[in-house]
Amino acid sequence: MRRTLGFLALLACVPFWTVSANAQPPARGGAATGPGRGSAFGERPPADPAAVERGKGLFTTRCGFCHGPDARGGEDGPNLLRSELVLDDKNGESIGTVVKQGRPGTEMPAFDFTDAQISDIAAYIHSFHVGGRDTIRKAPPSIVVGDATAGAAYFQAKCAACHSATGDLNGIASRISDPKTLQQAWLMPGGRGGRGAAPPAELKPVTVTVTLNSGEKFEGRLKRIDDFTVSLIDHDGMLRTFPRDGDRPKVQVHDPLDAHRELLAGYTDKDIHDLTAYMVTLK
Amino acid sequence: MINRGRLPLIPLLACLALPAAAQNLDPASIAKPLSDSWPTYSGDYSGMRYSSLTQVNQSNVKHLTLAWVSKITAGLGRSAPARGFGGGAPAVPTIVGGEGTGDLNEVGGRSSRIVGAVLEVDGFLYVSTPDNAWAIDARNGQLQWHYVWKTKGGTHTGNRGMAMWHGYLYFETPDDFLVSLDARTGKERWHKIIADFSEQYFSTPAPIVVGNHVLVGTGNDLDAPAPLQSFDPETGEVQWTWYATPQKKGDPGLESWANLDAAKHGGGPMWIPGSYDPETHLYILGTGNPTPAYTSGTRGEGANLYTCALVAVNVDTGKMAWYYQTSPHDTHDWDSTQTPILTDAEFRGQKRKLVMQATRNGYYFVLDRVTGEHLVTGKFSPAANWAKGVDAQGHPIRNPKKDFDVAGALVSPTNAGATNWMPPAFSPETGMFYVQSEDSYSMYYLTELDPRGSMGLGGKEERDAGTFGTYLTAIDYHTGEIAWRHHYSGSGAWGGTNVGHGVLTTAGKLMFTGDPSGNFVAYEPTKGTALWHAQLGEVSNSPETYMIDGKQYVLIGAVDSLYAFVLQD
Repeated sequence: MRRTLGFLALLACVPFWTVSANAQPPARGGAATGPGRGSAFGERPPADPAAVERGKGLFTTRCGFCHGPDARGGEDGPNLLRSELVLDDKNGESIGTVVKQGRPGTEMPAFDFTDAQISDIAAYIHSFHVGGRDTIRKAPPSIVVGDATAGAAYFQAKCAACHSATGDLNGIASRISDPKTLQQAWLMPGGRGGRGAAPPAELKPVTVTVTLNSGEKFEGRLKRIDDFTVSLIDHDGMLRTFPRDGDRPKVQVHDPLDAHRELLAGYTDKDIHDLTAYMVTLK
Repeated sequence: MINRGRLPLIPLLACLALPAAAQNLDPASIAKPLSDSWPTYSGDYSGMRYSSLTQVNQSNVKHLTLAWVSKITAGLGRSAPARGFGGGAPAVPTIVGGEGTGDLNEVGGRSSRIVGAVLEVDGFLYVSTPDNAWAIDARNGQLQWHYVWKTKGGTHTGNRGMAMWHGYLYFETPDDFLVSLDARTGKERWHKIIADFSEQYFSTPAPIVVGNHVLVGTGNDLDAPAPLQSFDPETGEVQWTWYATPQKKGDPGLESWANLDAAKHGGGPMWIPGSYDPETHLYILGTGNPTPAYTSGTRGEGANLYTCALVAVNVDTGKMAWYYQTSPHDTHDWDSTQTPILTDAEFRGQKRKLVMQATRNGYYFVLDRVTGEHLVTGKFSPAANWAKGVDAQGHPIRNPKKDFDVAGALVSPTNAGATNWMPPAFSPETGMFYVQSEDSYSMYYLTELDPRGSMGLGGKEERDAGTFGTYLTAIDYHTGEIAWRHHYSGSGAWGGTNVGHGVLTTAGKLMFTGDPSGNFVAYEPTKGTALWHAQLGEVSNSPETYMIDGKQYVLIGAVDSLYAFVLQD
C-alpha cells in the first residue's frame, strides 16, 4: 500500500500530460494526503544512523561486489533498490529469507548473517531514496547561471520595444522571488507552469477584429475561436458569435503574447539563462 | 481498392462450425482491405485507416446527418437511465467480473472516456473503456450488454479497444488482465494475467488477433521489463513472449546497454498495437521509451536496443526479424509506439512494401517493411529542436545539451510529444500520410543531481514554455516533407494520452477527424479544406466507418457518447 500511495503521489505532482493524472481512479484523495507526497515512493522513517553505518559496512564487504556498493547493481547482481522484494521489505524480514537461503540456481549464495545484521543491512539499503522527486533531497543549486550583462544586452535588443526595466518590469524580481518561476514567467507570461507556477500575470486580453463581407467591423475581446465560429465580447459587454467559412469573414486575432511565442524558436539556452540572470537584478 | 460488397460475410460464416452465425468473426477476414466492417483496432491490418466505402463522398458529404447517439455509463451502477414517466431506455444486462472489490471502479472520469477503437462486426459495435465493455446495435445505438471488471487499481489512463476472434472478444484491464468475453452475451469466458500488477504495470492497449494468436502489449512507467505476448485465443495460454530489451546474457542488443541489469529494466513498453503484414507474417509495432526515462546515465552511452524502435516480430515464432530505432538513447520519454502504417507503393521508380511512422519525437520515417531498410526520414514538427540532424541511416542525432539542464533547457516537443497515441492515416490516392501534430516547447530542468540518476520518469521537472498550437499535417511519403498543414484556430496544447483525434480516409475522397475545439470535420484530403462539420463538444477517439443494409455510417466517439452519421435520405 505504501508503494501504491507513493506512486499516486508522483502522478499528482507531475505535469498532467506526462502520465496524465492517472491518479484519478484509485486515488480517492490518497494522493494528496498520502505519506509519500512529493516522492515517487513513500518515505521511510529515518533509521538509526548507527544501524545504517553497521549495515553499510556489512553490505559493502559482503554484498557490494555483486550488487554494487550503492546497491544499484554490480558485477552480476541486480539493482536492489528497484527490487520488488526489497521495496516490500520493512526491516529485513523479506530480505533476510533470501540472504539466509540464497537463490538456488542463481549466483546468489546463502549467507550466515544474524537477524540483527540483516536488520542493519536492510536499514542501509532502505536509506537510499529511489524516486527522483523526493522533496527531502538536496535542492538543486540556483538556476541563475547566466551572464547578467549579456542578458541586459539581449533585453535591449529583443524586449525593450515592449518592456522596460524601470517601467512594467520594475521590481519584477521582488514580486517573483523564485528565479525558476521568474524565468518561466518572462518566457511565457501566464503559461501553464506546473508546480510552483508563476502567479497569474496581469495579461492584456487577446482581442479580435471581425470584418464582414459588407465591410462592417466588430471588435472586442476574444471569447472563443475555432475553424467554424468566432466569438467576441464587444465594448458593450455583448457576446457576438460569427460563423466562419474559410477566410470569410476576415478575422484578425491580436495576441499580446505572439511576440513571446515568436522568440521561442530563436533562443539559445544561454540567451535564456543570461536574460534570467539580468531579470533577477530587477528588484 | 475494391468494395467487396455487402454479402460475402454471411455465406462465409455459414460454413464455420463455431457458434451461431451472428457476431462471429473469421480471423482471415481481418486481412481484407477495410470496407463494410471494422473488425480490428485500425479497421484492417495495414493501419492505413483508408476505407474503400464511397457512398459518403465529396459530392454529398454536406448532407451527412445524425443517425443516433449512444451514451455509455461506466461502473457498477445502473447501465442505463431508469425508466421514468416517458419510459426511457430499458435496463441493459450487466455482467460483473474482476478480482477487485469494486470500491475502486469509477463511474465517470477516464472510465467514461472513449479513447480507443470501436469494433463493428455483423451489425454490432463493441466499445471499451478502462474496466468496461459494451455491445451496441450498430443500426440504432441501443446498448445490448455491459461488462464491468472490478479493478484492483492501476493507471486508468484509457483503453484502446477490443479484439475479436470468432464469437469471442478480448480486452485488457488497467490491473493487467486479459479478459475474454462471449460477444453475444457479454459473459466472461476467462481472464489471464498479462503482467505483475505489483510491479506497476498498467494495460491499456487493444489486443490484436492474427490467426490463432491474440497479441497483447502492456504499459509501465517504472523500470519493469516490457513484454509483447501472444495468447491462445481459445485457452488463454501464453504461446510466446518477446521482450523489448535484453533479458539475459547473450541476448542480442545487450552491448547497447551499460549492463544486463540496466537492459533488463530498460523499458520499451508496447502500449499501442502494431500493424500486420500477412505475407511475411511480421507484426510491426513501435516500442516505448527506455527507462530511466530522463536521467539516462545508468543505461550507458549506447543506443539502448530495442527501445524507441520499429520492430518486426514474426507472429508464429515470437522472434524479431528486424528493427529500426527512431530515437536511439531517448531521453525525453518520447515513446515510438505510434501506429505504423503499411502500404505497397511506388518509391523511386519501384513498387516497394513500405512501413511508415510519425513518431512522438517529431520525426517521420519510411522503411522497407520486409527488411527494415531505411528509406526516408523527415521532420513533421518544424519546432523540434532536440536533434542535431540525422545520421547516414536516417536516425535523428540527439543533442545531449537538450536533454535537460539545472538552469533549464528549452526543448520541443514537450513530453506529450509532437504527436502521441492518436492514429494517423494514409490515403493511397493522395500519397499523403496524415497525422495530428503539435509545435510546443517546454523547459526541462534537471532536478536529480545524484549521478546515479532516478528511476522511471523521475529526475527532471518540465514546465510549459509556450505553444504554437496543433495542426493537421499531411506528409509526402516520397520525401518525408510536409505537403501541407492546417493550423487549428484557437488550439492550445492538446495534452497527452487521454485526448486526441485520429484520422480516417476514404475512397469517397474524404478525410475525417476531430479538431481540438470539439468539431468533427470532413476534409478534402489533397489540400485540407473543410467540407462538413458538427460541433460535439469534445472529440475523443478516431473516426470509423461501416456499412449495413446498404447504408454507410460514419462513427465518432465524443467522451462518453458515440455519434453515428449517415446521409440524409
